[in-house]
Amino acid sequence: MRVVAALSGDLDGGFAVLYEAYRGPVFSTALRLCGRWAEAEDLSAEAFLRAYRALCGYGPERIAELRPRAWLLTILANVWRNGLRTAARKPPPGPLEDAPDPPDPAEGVEDAAARHETGRELAGLLAALPDAQRAAVVLRHVTDLPVAEIAEVLGVPEGTVKSHVSRGLARLRRLHDQGEGGIR
Amino acid sequence: MSSTDPAADALLAGLAGLGADAPPALLDRIAARRVEVEGPLEHLRVAFTDRGVAFVRAGLDEAEFASAFRERFARPLLPAARPPAGLVPALRTGRLGDLPLDLRGLSGFEAAVLRAAATIPRGQVRPYAWVARRAGRPKAVRAVGSALGRNPVPLLIPCHRVTRSDGSLGEYVFGAAAKERLLRAEDVDVDEVTDMARRGVRLVGSDTTGIVCFPTCADARRIAPSHRRGFRDLAAAAAAGYRPCLHCRPDGPGPSAA
Repeated sequence: MRVVAALSGDLDGGFAVLYEAYRGPVFSTALRLCGRWAEAEDLSAEAFLRAYRALCGYGPERIAELRPRAWLLTILANVWRNGLRTAARKPPPGPLEDAPDPPDPAEGVEDAAARHETGRELAGLLAALPDAQRAAVVLRHVTDLPVAEIAEVLGVPEGTVKSHVSRGLARLRRLHDQGEGGIR
Repeated sequence: MSSTDPAADALLAGLAGLGADAPPALLDRIAARRVEVEGPLEHLRVAFTDRGVAFVRAGLDEAEFASAFRERFARPLLPAARPPAGLVPALRTGRLGDLPLDLRGLSGFEAAVLRAAATIPRGQVRPYAWVARRAGRPKAVRAVGSALGRNPVPLLIPCHRVTRSDGSLGEYVFGAAAKERLLRAEDVDVDEVTDMARRGVRLVGSDTTGIVCFPTCADARRIAPSHRRGFRDLAAAAAAGYRPCLHCRPDGPGPSAA
């Protein structure tokens, strides 16, 4: 595999390849787990930095066995959960609307507006899910990971992942319908 | 989960559309950049982050520099297209200007020592004890030596301008010979300073102004030979009715009084 081969050569150059290959999944996951752009940047930066520091201590065999995506997302999930524990002792941050997603310049204005509207609503609904369900739904349907990999990332059995995903989706659908019914 | 349910499909499509690419600046929060630059010493390599210059070393090849950086900062180091704005002029002139430094990872005392050393103007030297007083720990003269030895950004924070009060130039991150070369290049009269210190003269006063300075202070260098008076220390100068210069501050007031 390209990333693993690069990492076994020069660590810094290999890290650049790793970052290019996985910055999208890592940042998307971080953004949808925590719901805020600035916090997602902190979370992703911290995860990549921890990954680099771990790599510094890995021998060639450990690097050869590495499955980079699951490994990186596991680090991210741990950083996120540690942050949740810390955040529980701090006052809550401002509303989600504080940090709207910046528009993608490659997208047409109308498409962007439509995507933004749906995206913002869905992102807001995701925030209403319990942490475990949100993590499973985000990894399955935003990051597009297979169930087995999610089980590895979250350190739970596959059955638990499946039940978190289906309960999370059911809840999202219910929240969405309530929103359309004007209950919101 | 029924994949034929249109509402479910819309929900899944919506979730799939929630991906976002990492902002371009994210990598620079994680990795530092490295450049090789021209400066007063050969083979100068510099590492900088999004916060400022973090590491300067001379005489190391690329691999040695990368491994020294990794050992100290544990952060990825990638090549930079160009040096950060202000770096090359700062190295050429010996003045930092607006160039930001990234001094994360230093202890409070180390940072205070470096801030004190950073105030020594080009072409002048100060004793270790003066830096200790300015850093707020007048008795920690030896610790000042260690803190300067760990200076991550020599040349930019001019630790080569801190010398021993017995007249010898003292240690330097890049070796004593490089220290002497740098000071001579800044027009410090190393021989005169050394000679005076050996004769027990550490301060120079003007009998017309009644002000006493470090010998390399710009004011001290303007005193006509016929009006120069040498002193062993500040107490001797004070006893003769001299007051400390407000530019070179031989009284070395602590950080609060500075």
